[in-house]
Amino acid sequence: MGLISLAVFFPVIGALIILFVPKKNLNAIRIISAVVTFIPLVVASYMWSQFNYGMIGVDTESQFQFVEHLSWIPAYNIEYFVGLDGISFPMFWLTTLISFIAVFASWNIPKAQKGYFSLLLLLVTSMLGVFVALDFFLFYIFWEVMLLPMYFLIGIWGGPRREYAAIKFFLYTLFGSVLMLIVMLALYFNVQNPLTGGHTFNMLHMMQQSNHNDWLAMFDVRLWLYIALFIGFAIKVPMFPFHTWLPDAHVEAPTAISVILAGILLKMGTYGIMRISYPIFPDIAAYTSYALAVFGVINILYGAFVAMAQKDLKKLVAYSSVSHMGFVLLGLAVFTSAGINGALFQMFSHGMITAMLFLLVGVIYDRAHHREIEGFGGLAVSMPVYAGVASLAFFAALGLPGMTGFIAEALVFIGAFSVYRVLTILAALGIIITAGYVLWTMQRVFLGKLNPKYEKIEEINGRELFTLIPLAILTVFFGIYPIPILNLMKTSLNYLITLIP
Amino acid sequence: MISLQSYLIISAVVFILGILTILYKKNAVGILMGVELILNSVNLNFLAFSKYIDAHINGQLVAIFIIILAASEAAVALAIILNLYRDRANIDVTQVDQMKN
Amino acid sequence: MIQTALIIWLLPLAAFVINIFIGKRLPRKGDWVSTGAIGVSFLLSYYMLFQILGNYNPDFALQASVPWIDLGETFKLNMGIYLDNLAVIMTVVVTTVSFLVHVYSIGYMHGEPLYNRFYAYLSLFSFSMLGLIMWDNLFGIYIMWELVGICSYLLIGYYFEKDSAANAGKKAFITNRVGDFGFLIGLLIVFTALGTFNLSDIHQGVSQGQLSGGLLTAAGVLLFAGAIGKSAQFPLHVWLPDAMEGPTPVSALIHAATMVAAGVYLMARLSFMLSLDAMLVVAYVGGFTAIFAATIAITQNDIKRVLAYSTISQLGYMIMAMGVGSYTAGFFHLTTHAMFKAGLFLGSGSVIHAVHHAMDKTGSHGDPNDIRNMGGFKDKMPVTYITFVIFSLALSGIPFFSGFLSKDAILGGTLAFAMSQSNPIHYLLPVFGFGAAFITAFYMFRLIIKTFLGQPQKPELYEHVHESPKVMTVPLMVLAALSIWFIYTLPSVNPMGAAGGWFMHLIRQPISAVAAQLGHPVYIITEHAEHAAHVNGIIISIILAFGGILLAFAFYFWKKVDVEALTEKIKPLYNLSLNKYYFDEIYQATVINGLLAWNNLLKWFDENIIDFIVNFSAKVVRVFSAFDGKFDNLVIDGMVNAVADMTLQFGRGFKKLQTGQIQYYIMGALLGTFLIIIFTLI
Repeated sequence: MGLISLAVFFPVIGALIILFVPKKNLNAIRIISAVVTFIPLVVASYMWSQFNYGMIGVDTESQFQFVEHLSWIPAYNIEYFVGLDGISFPMFWLTTLISFIAVFASWNIPKAQKGYFSLLLLLVTSMLGVFVALDFFLFYIFWEVMLLPMYFLIGIWGGPRREYAAIKFFLYTLFGSVLMLIVMLALYFNVQNPLTGGHTFNMLHMMQQSNHNDWLAMFDVRLWLYIALFIGFAIKVPMFPFHTWLPDAHVEAPTAISVILAGILLKMGTYGIMRISYPIFPDIAAYTSYALAVFGVINILYGAFVAMAQKDLKKLVAYSSVSHMGFVLLGLAVFTSAGINGALFQMFSHGMITAMLFLLVGVIYDRAHHREIEGFGGLAVSMPVYAGVASLAFFAALGLPGMTGFIAEALVFIGAFSVYRVLTILAALGIIITAGYVLWTMQRVFLGKLNPKYEKIEEINGRELFTLIPLAILTVFFGIYPIPILNLMKTSLNYLITLIP
Repeated sequence: MISLQSYLIISAVVFILGILTILYKKNAVGILMGVELILNSVNLNFLAFSKYIDAHINGQLVAIFIIILAASEAAVALAIILNLYRDRANIDVTQVDQMKN
Repeated sequence: MIQTALIIWLLPLAAFVINIFIGKRLPRKGDWVSTGAIGVSFLLSYYMLFQILGNYNPDFALQASVPWIDLGETFKLNMGIYLDNLAVIMTVVVTTVSFLVHVYSIGYMHGEPLYNRFYAYLSLFSFSMLGLIMWDNLFGIYIMWELVGICSYLLIGYYFEKDSAANAGKKAFITNRVGDFGFLIGLLIVFTALGTFNLSDIHQGVSQGQLSGGLLTAAGVLLFAGAIGKSAQFPLHVWLPDAMEGPTPVSALIHAATMVAAGVYLMARLSFMLSLDAMLVVAYVGGFTAIFAATIAITQNDIKRVLAYSTISQLGYMIMAMGVGSYTAGFFHLTTHAMFKAGLFLGSGSVIHAVHHAMDKTGSHGDPNDIRNMGGFKDKMPVTYITFVIFSLALSGIPFFSGFLSKDAILGGTLAFAMSQSNPIHYLLPVFGFGAAFITAFYMFRLIIKTFLGQPQKPELYEHVHESPKVMTVPLMVLAALSIWFIYTLPSVNPMGAAGGWFMHLIRQPISAVAAQLGHPVYIITEHAEHAAHVNGIIISIILAFGGILLAFAFYFWKKVDVEALTEKIKPLYNLSLNKYYFDEIYQATVINGLLAWNNLLKWFDENIIDFIVNFSAKVVRVFSAFDGKFDNLVIDGMVNAVADMTLQFGRGFKKLQTGQIQYYIMGALLGTFLIIIFTLI
């Protein structure tokens, strides 16, 4: 068993163990969850130390690292094929970190803890699986398995409109999955395995254009397949106009699930575009890039405008995610080194920053039991530490230099400007609007006269700080010294853009 | 010698009578009788085919099974109808529509 | 020297980290950490200054950089330090003012609940400001540019429980962001054309003509937009007066001496790449701001707001100097202005501190910043008074003070520029400049008279007013000493010009890359014009400065004093004052009322039109956002829900078929059978 499998399947083994623990033994359940999510983090960190920065990955099996390649369902040429490269490793590592933090954020979940933690661990396994899978069928399985625990986690442990949100989330993503399934099957039947001559689900074989048959070489076919696959991914991003599931899901989901949703799940859409859409359909990617850039800019501005109008703190953060994911789309659309590296860096950075923001909203919701921005005021007086950490996170969200968000946005701007000048200028307007809504929110929540209702509100506690501090430190550290992350991804990404004609 | 056709015609007539009984009777016992008619029409077919085509005992065996089945089914159905009667004081099937919703 | 610079730069960062985390638990809440750190930086910066004085080389420059972001061939970014005379002198200015403000704050901020945080922010600011000065590339400068902005935000909102302070901080940051938007686009244009952010490489690239024509102008103007925001130039100046909600030492350090001057510093750094058109834009924005802000300052009653508008106006001068090619003069004014304007703010802080305590003692309520609560403080606060007068004289451009030298250099430069240009419209610039100089002298002395001279306006407060402690007055004295002319003219002691001095020797305009493209200087200024302008400039500016002061006295001082006693006391000025006295009504009816009406109009314009536009823009954005939000809820979400509803309706329709009656089902089965039979037969 390789390192990847160890990291991926440890959580689900933990989930099985939890099923045998008596319901009343709460602490055992929590500790098991913490341990089985900590192990992947350790494994992933060890893998980072062993990571070979020179290996490209992307479309060559020998260039992948920690590869495990076993036959699984030979009748349909389905393989257990996992491996990591510069595109997937940053997200893989981030997933292990966010999962570990999510366990602590769920520490005081009010009901049915046993079920909650087993579902959470199942979710962790499927997320990790998505990032390591190199067989399309395996990818699809992990992708779908992810929906199920998510549906229950929102639908059972969520807020007042949880059923509506859970169903909306499920239907939306399922719609995307169906499109993906069609494309997967189309590829399966029209890509030839060069070694055996049969059909294959191997993504790397699909990426070699020489393996495509004549039907798959037709422009119209490729265009429609690309669009179908793209919509599947775009819903996850979420890209305007497919984003309305996000605010509802976020508002209703419990804190830890919001954290995972915003920190990891959103990134799967753009990850899929980098991992699957681009290398398999590089010509179409180039053909449609302008549209993608336009959608990226719409996301940035639209998300920011709508965020400013929100009254619910969690919704505001959700729409800010829409806005920030727009930078990823814009960076993806330009095929320059700075642009695409900026896009992946933004995925990594936004994963941490938005996770912090949702954790912070969770902290205040646990105490005040509401999230109305106008209902607070002057909290910096009664909760100075909380206000300090929150300021850091909000500043990171508005792209303050010295934090990761700035590096990512700057790289995207630099990469995009030489390609789409007007679009980049429009996107840059977003930094003003973002500053507007972030500062306005901070003022309404933390500054001004203390709302007398919250004079005796309890300060942020040790466990909550423990979930926030690692992210805060990493946000600042990688904001000042982004080299470790950029080194991880630049080799693969620079190769990826050479594939695009 | 009576031809196979005659058997089949009779069987068909009995079958249609059974169907019509089921469709038009409101009385549950009547419906049950319609069911019996259908079953017996089928039986007749089995026996006829067994004699004219198969030349084996299989058809007759099945017919015996069906008779047994019909008997037990009638027992169960009568029990249900009895309970229905106890519950509603009539056995009009048009009023039994709990399945609808 | 690079190592020294690094230590100077990083010490405040260390102090910030210590104070933000454990400052509260340290003895004296950690003020000594920050003050000590900046103190060491202060000493080291003087060490650097003496080194460059030892070199006495105008072309001195050191550069050292390390790779930072490296994405392969297409994108490499180095971060490094670029030290030339400009950077070293700016470092000295920043550490000096910062150190003095740190010391002063020990007295001024004594007993504040968030004392440690205040010092932490000050340290962070010093760190960012020094980085902005020293870094060798525009990207790094942009980073630090944003960081000083956030420090400013944090410090303006220091009294965050006051809504006005919270609003002011937000307004400052967002207004700055508007400028930064331009800055960012400018950066992108430069990088796209030249593939580098490094200042030396940009110089080289522009010289070789890789960036020229309209794009070069656009880059210059857009980068200047950043300076418009940061240096509070028209039309983005609205944030600076509001920024006075912050504690007074902050106003002195950030909103008078250093951060707001960063825009000027940036223009100095970028002067080599400003095209002719871009320079004209810079000159006119600066000139207009200079006079525009000055006219507002006259009507203010808040002591700090008068100084704030004065700062905007003086920054306008510097920007104008950059625009007309008087690079040295502009930077010279930045240096001298930093000293005396910081002094003015600290002096006003001393007054406010005293009034505040007096109000606490008497239990009266009111605005301690309001000069209408003051008057006659000179006897109670002699040190503050004398230093304040020195600073005001420097600011007004009176000979023997630093401000005269630098302001005169700028005015001479604009005059020479106007005389060398064929188009007479450019005489507007010297008119702006001289006009503002006159008004500056006027409003400063109006302030002094109202604060320190005359009768106490609130006698009950006056009784309790005391001089501030030594820890506050000593920095004032140091800054006053730094406002004397010969500090900047050594080895010469000529009070009329700094031409032979070390400063003018060390700071030379870099060779313009645009000139290299054009093949001739951007502005051709004849020697005759330069000489004539210098002589005329001195004469006109001295006259105007004294005229402004006298006017102030005439308006605000002698008007109240018994004429007979005055006549006896100061005989030589008697006639003039008399004339003024006689003309008072005429002035009142014409000039003053006209001026006041005009000022009020401008103030009204400032508050109701420009502020309105800012607020209205915010409102429009909010309304639009609300509309956008509605659109999202109703239309987009509505479509999604419509799909779901449709499915539901279909389900309802089909449900009707399920009657629950077995006969219908059998009928259905029969029909189905028949259909199948029919189909098979067909």
